[in-house]
Amino acid sequence: MRAAVLRTVMACFTLVWFLNPANAIDIKEVVSPGGIRAWLVENHNIPLIAMNFSFEGGTTSDPVGKEGAVNFITGMMDEGAADLDSAAFQARRDELAVRIMFDAGGDQFEGAIQTLSKNRGEAFALLRKAMTAPHFEKEAMERVRQQFLLGAKDDEQDPEKIASRAWMKIALGDQLYARQGAGSPQSIANITPEDLRALHRLIFSRKGLKVAVVGDIDAPTLGLALDEVFGDLPDTAPPTPVKDVIVAKGPLVKVVDRDIPQSIIVFGHDGILRDDPDFIPAFVMSNILGGGGFASRLTTEVREKRGLTYGIGFGLVPLDHAGLYIGSVSTRNEKASETLAIVVDTLKKMADEGPSQAELDDMKTYLTGSYALRFDSNGKIAGQLLGIQQQNLGIDYVNNRNSKVEALTLDDVRAQAKRLVHADRLITIVVGRPEGIKSTGSGG
Amino acid sequence: MRCLKILVLQIALLCLAVAPASAMNIEVTNFKLANGMEVVVIPDHRAPVVTHMVWYRVGSADEVSGKSGLAHFLEHLMFKGTTKNPFGVFDRLIDINGGEGNAFTTRDYTAYFQRIASDRLGLMMELEADRMQNLVLTDENVLPELDVVREERRERTENDPSALLAEQIDAAMYTAHPYGKPVIGWMSEVAKLTREDALAFYKAHYTPANAILIVAGDAQPEQVRALAEKYYGVLKNTFTPMPRLRTPEPAPIAARRVIMTDPRASTPIFQRSYLGPTYSTTENRDAYALDLLADILGSGTQSRLYKSLVIDQKIAAQAAAWYAGDALDNGSFGVYAAPNPGVELDKVEAAVDAILADILKNGVTQKELDRVRDKSIAEQVYTLDDQATLARIAGAGVATGLDARAVFSRDVEMLKVSLDDIREAAAKVIRINRSVTGILSPERSPQN
Repeated sequence: MRAAVLRTVMACFTLVWFLNPANAIDIKEVVSPGGIRAWLVENHNIPLIAMNFSFEGGTTSDPVGKEGAVNFITGMMDEGAADLDSAAFQARRDELAVRIMFDAGGDQFEGAIQTLSKNRGEAFALLRKAMTAPHFEKEAMERVRQQFLLGAKDDEQDPEKIASRAWMKIALGDQLYARQGAGSPQSIANITPEDLRALHRLIFSRKGLKVAVVGDIDAPTLGLALDEVFGDLPDTAPPTPVKDVIVAKGPLVKVVDRDIPQSIIVFGHDGILRDDPDFIPAFVMSNILGGGGFASRLTTEVREKRGLTYGIGFGLVPLDHAGLYIGSVSTRNEKASETLAIVVDTLKKMADEGPSQAELDDMKTYLTGSYALRFDSNGKIAGQLLGIQQQNLGIDYVNNRNSKVEALTLDDVRAQAKRLVHADRLITIVVGRPEGIKSTGSGG
Repeated sequence: MRCLKILVLQIALLCLAVAPASAMNIEVTNFKLANGMEVVVIPDHRAPVVTHMVWYRVGSADEVSGKSGLAHFLEHLMFKGTTKNPFGVFDRLIDINGGEGNAFTTRDYTAYFQRIASDRLGLMMELEADRMQNLVLTDENVLPELDVVREERRERTENDPSALLAEQIDAAMYTAHPYGKPVIGWMSEVAKLTREDALAFYKAHYTPANAILIVAGDAQPEQVRALAEKYYGVLKNTFTPMPRLRTPEPAPIAARRVIMTDPRASTPIFQRSYLGPTYSTTENRDAYALDLLADILGSGTQSRLYKSLVIDQKIAAQAAAWYAGDALDNGSFGVYAAPNPGVELDKVEAAVDAILADILKNGVTQKELDRVRDKSIAEQVYTLDDQATLARIAGAGVATGLDARAVFSRDVEMLKVSLDDIREAAAKVIRINRSVTGILSPERSPQN
């Protein structure tokens, strides 16, 4: 591959961003007989259905000392439910060729099911069992625990994970978001079946439920399916959201010594939430500075001109209750100091001068033109529609977003550069044996 | 239009000949331009988006000795500009038209792609056709890119012990065939690549007759043909591609073991690869049989390896098997296991060996075969939901000498696989003399 894009910290979060498709997408709101709401895009061209859904409450709901418990549930949802033991459940799933996936985010617990439309009835019946009556049986749990332990031990050695953990620890201290959603080998060892049952009761509630469905299914059929899958879940209040988070301010550099040929650098500071009134101009500015693709200022300066890295990115990470602005880059140890200096200079220049009119114009046509790439498969559309619901952007968002981007002026975007980019506030973690970089500041 | 009608007729005849029809029921159109460039069109009109790809039949296995990494380095350099579109213009034109693009290199092919609004397909062809013949390289843009590639190697290989082990296994597997060297190249050789090397490689391998155009998504075959003739059809061949004859790998005669300790490895890993055939090298059903055998042995929680090692014996946290049969010259059949804490790797290896021995002696059951085959065929339908995947499947097939339609109807041949087919394929491939066993473990600390 020619390019790496943003990874590391940013890979943990999905940023919803898209603009109106040239041919408007017809999104219907479906309300089931039992009162469950879902967004539906019907498409009968191929015999598949994709459904994405989420509950409020993610890994921030982990009890202290049991980090990784919510994530553990994702591994137990196919290990037996209702009348089916683990083997029978998995056999049935494979027989139907249905795909059922779960993912624990910081603020949300997400699920997705994809099925051939001919197996629709059996697929939703199977999902219902997993949702309402998972076994969390002891022997299966020990098996799955070993798998999560394997991953957690890997994470402890992975330089990118080491860097992002260290960054979150310094930026967020003891606040809930700073914990690792996947847990540590120690915390994973502490998790019991009772912990999983309690968290399942807490999170799997109709109150926090959001659903998006795309494909070969009509509204009345979907209504019945919604009641079948989710109708018997309790209507209790979702977990209390975490408090809005205060992000520590740099400047601060911390070196984590590892004997590797390449230094991994994670840098960043506070950002903004998704409901910030200026999120759109901020997002456009941040794309010009450090977005994916080959034209960002950071990519131009660090990669294209100087060959210092395979990939660099710097982007806004709007969690529900914390706004972060994080970047990452990796370079050979002897060039770490030079690379970091160029990053700092590039940020300063953006804060001082903002983007040019030409940069803004190009970014607008890129963002407005690439809208449709996010809507070319059932699975992708379902993911986008769920994200819009989670961020309360409204059902007309897909079809009115373009005009908001089009309307941005150079002053709008320059104001965000001045407001949000702060080279003097960076918290910087370097994992490796960087030449010419020493730990500084209180966190060193 | 005349050609198109003939084509439709051919498709109809083909369908008659191979009935029953494939589960995917996909309309693939393929034809050749006068200059020999192959074209494959796969329609999906659900969104106004196309995936445009140009594949060259050249990969790292086509490099001369001592120049490892050259095919991949050239892939990077293809973005450095032409006389007409100097550096930056290509990327900018894709960006401002709302497209996304990238490229990748394997042992057998190099591919470039864009995903973009379907009304911009012509522009993509214009840009891609331009850089097929008019690349301009200067030391000014070549040298920093060589540093980028070295960073890529550090990031993706040298910072990752399991990637290093995979590289060592390949190096041990092939004594003569070029699949033994990594696509990204050995660092010592990459460091010495030059602008002249890249230009010579470009001139020796990039020409319409050595290229394949794949368009998937919102485009009609006749429209793709018209655009392809306009932009690619006018290019003249600068050489005639020769058959791709790589040094054959001699029949393997010795079991090999690669033992690597690395303090960055968090837990021990056992894996083994057996040299095998591919879909391109076999006329019989061996490749299909090996795909199904890999599923029976090690795909998912109902597989033999998982059931035995993870569920019943509780000696491993993970266990899996795979078959990689999509290369031009050689494939591999592999097994993998990660032991539970406190379990010696030897014990896990012995347990894997016992399961393999049982399959060689007793074969698999009809029930197992039916289970994995039904699932595999049903799952093919999911690929219909992603035009980029469809384009990749077609490209990888054609670039390794397969028929574009055949790669989308493997279920038809898969249905013919018998228990005897699996037994025969297993007996040919699962032989210790054909294997490399790889062990990765953290360095032992002085205390233990």
